[in-house]
Amino acid sequence: MDNLIIHGKEYSSRLLVGTGKYKSFTQTREAINASGSQIITIAVRRTNIGQNADEPNLLDQLPPSDFTLLPNTAGCFTADDSIRTLRLARELLDGHNLAKLEVLGDPDTLYPNVVETIKAAKILVKEGFHLMVYTSDDPIVAKQLEDIGCVAIMPLASLIGSGMGILNPWNLEIIINNTNVPVIVDAGVGTASDATIAMELGCDGVLMNTAIAAAENPILMASAMKKAVEAGRDAFLAGRMKKRTTYNASPSSPINNTISKNKFA
Amino acid sequence: MFFNMIQLIINGQIQHFESTLNVAQLLERMTLNNKRIAIEYNGQIVPRSKFKEQALVDGDQLEIVVAVGGG
Repeated sequence: MDNLIIHGKEYSSRLLVGTGKYKSFTQTREAINASGSQIITIAVRRTNIGQNADEPNLLDQLPPSDFTLLPNTAGCFTADDSIRTLRLARELLDGHNLAKLEVLGDPDTLYPNVVETIKAAKILVKEGFHLMVYTSDDPIVAKQLEDIGCVAIMPLASLIGSGMGILNPWNLEIIINNTNVPVIVDAGVGTASDATIAMELGCDGVLMNTAIAAAENPILMASAMKKAVEAGRDAFLAGRMKKRTTYNASPSSPINNTISKNKFA
Repeated sequence: MFFNMIQLIINGQIQHFESTLNVAQLLERMTLNNKRIAIEYNGQIVPRSKFKEQALVDGDQLEIVVAVGGG
C-alpha cells in the first residue's frame, strides 16, 4: 500500500486540509469529507469572553476520534509565541504531540521567519513535539529542520492564500531529493493541477486550505483535489515518459506500410 | 472597596474579582466550565486535573484558548 507515513503512523490520504475560511462548521465538515483528508489543521485562539454559552465548538464537529488534528501556530511571529501556542494546543488535545510549526516573518507576505522557526523547533522537539514544519523552499533550512528532528518538512509553493501554485519547482526538487522525512507542500496551491504538479515532483503530500475554502464550490473543489493528489501520485510512481529538450516529434503510429496514391494503368 | 478584591488579566483584559478564587471557579463564572479549553497561567500550562487546586491571586495573567478553524 502506498501510504503516507508520518512518524510511524500510516495514512491512506496524501491530501491534508485546513479548516479556516469556511462559511460554517457544516461546510467545513462537508468539504473535508469530500477531500478524503485524514489530517486536518486547526488554529488555537483566545476564547471570546462573555459569549460562551451556546457557541459551538470546532472539536465537536471535527473530533479527534475522526481525524488526526494538526494544531498550527498561525499568527505567531516569534519563536516564543509559537512555543506557548503549541504547549496550549497539546493540553487542548489531551497530550497529542503532532503539530504544525509556523513562525511568520511579516503580516503582509506571511513568509516564514526561518531563523525563529529553527529556534522554536529546537525547543519544541526537545519537549517531545512531533513537528510538521512550515518553511520556505530554502534547501539548507529544510535540511537543518530535518536534522533538528522535525517529522515532516513543509515548504511553501507560493505565499499563503495566494493561489499562485508552485513558483519554484527546482528548489522543491532539491528538497525532495535531500530529505528523508516526508515533504509536504504547504501554502499557495490554487487549483487541482497545482496539487498534481506537486505530487509529480515527488512530494509526499499536499496541504491546502484557501484553494478549497475560497473556491466557488468548495465541496466540488475538495473532491477535485482528492483526485488531483491521487493522479499526481500515480503519475509519479508510474515513472513519466522522458520530456524532449528540443521541439521535435516522435510518432505514435508505425512509419511503414502507409497507403499511398495508387497509379492505375 | 473590598480589601480582598483582586485584579486578573484574562486574555489581555483586566477583570476584577471580589476575592481569590481557583481556576475551576473562574471558569464557572465565565460559563466555560464544560467547554474544551486550555489555560496558560503566568506562562505555564495548568492541566485540567489541577483546575480546582490552582488558586488565583492579584496580578495573575491567564490565557484561555479554544480550537478554531485555521490553515
